[in-house]
Amino acid sequence: MKSVIFLLAGSLAMSAQAAMPAELLGGYAAAAGAGFKADAARGAAFYAKAFGVSAKMPSCASCHTDSPSQPGRHVVTDKAIKPLAPAANPERFSDPAKVEKWFKRNCSEVVGRECTAAEKADFIAFVTGGR
Amino acid sequence: MKKLLLFLACLPLGAFADDLRPLRDAPPAFQAECGSCHIAFPPQLLAADDWRQVMRTLDKHYGDNAGLDEKTRQALEDFLVRHAGKAAKVGASLTNMGTAPRLTQTAWFQRKHREVSSADWRHAKVKTPANCAACHTKAAEGSYREREIVMPDGRRWED
Repeated sequence: MKSVIFLLAGSLAMSAQAAMPAELLGGYAAAAGAGFKADAARGAAFYAKAFGVSAKMPSCASCHTDSPSQPGRHVVTDKAIKPLAPAANPERFSDPAKVEKWFKRNCSEVVGRECTAAEKADFIAFVTGGR
Repeated sequence: MKKLLLFLACLPLGAFADDLRPLRDAPPAFQAECGSCHIAFPPQLLAADDWRQVMRTLDKHYGDNAGLDEKTRQALEDFLVRHAGKAAKVGASLTNMGTAPRLTQTAWFQRKHREVSSADWRHAKVKTPANCAACHTKAAEGSYREREIVMPDGRRWED
């Protein structure tokens, strides 16, 4: 009986985690306004765009590499960065507070301002492969 | 004999010099907030006043805004100060007047690394002297043993 409960709890936790990036995306998309639809291609362009605000880290790709499913490296400290894509790293986009914290910090540094809800929705659509 | 071993096992780790293993009383935020962009540097590597200065100026943290909510900031400062090194040994403020304290510029750090060549420091894989893990392969786990050192060009460190 116990093992059934564990199994059940385990699968519930897994499904909750799997649903998280989609839930986050949905939340940002709703905040972006009526009629907005997240677009992975727009997210990809945003990810690759050189904003030119920071000399050392002009774009997301500066540290996260050209592909979010690859591990990256911090361009200043060289610290290893785990992949952004939940498919490669299930921890990603599973904790809303953490997601907000890093959007805030990295957008300020790279984009030069906070990102909009629409940009965040597109970004998640891109790193999750549009799923 | 058994008693002696037991006694040795009970000696506090801090009794040994330069032990930089992770501290058990680290607040939960220590790894998450101090170990995301760089490894969570051991508190022993800076003196208390230098840590206070670092934690007072988080909005201008070596070119980055690393600002925190006050409760987390205070908990981290208390932890860092609690385990800070002696100023005579790792006091960056003594060697680095008027600028942000850097644990790579303390007398202790410089002495420990005096045999490292400038070519090694300049190696593309190093980027910054604060990149402990460039050579100390287990730095992320807080282990800095000599035998774990692999220089950026792949050679083993030999004394």
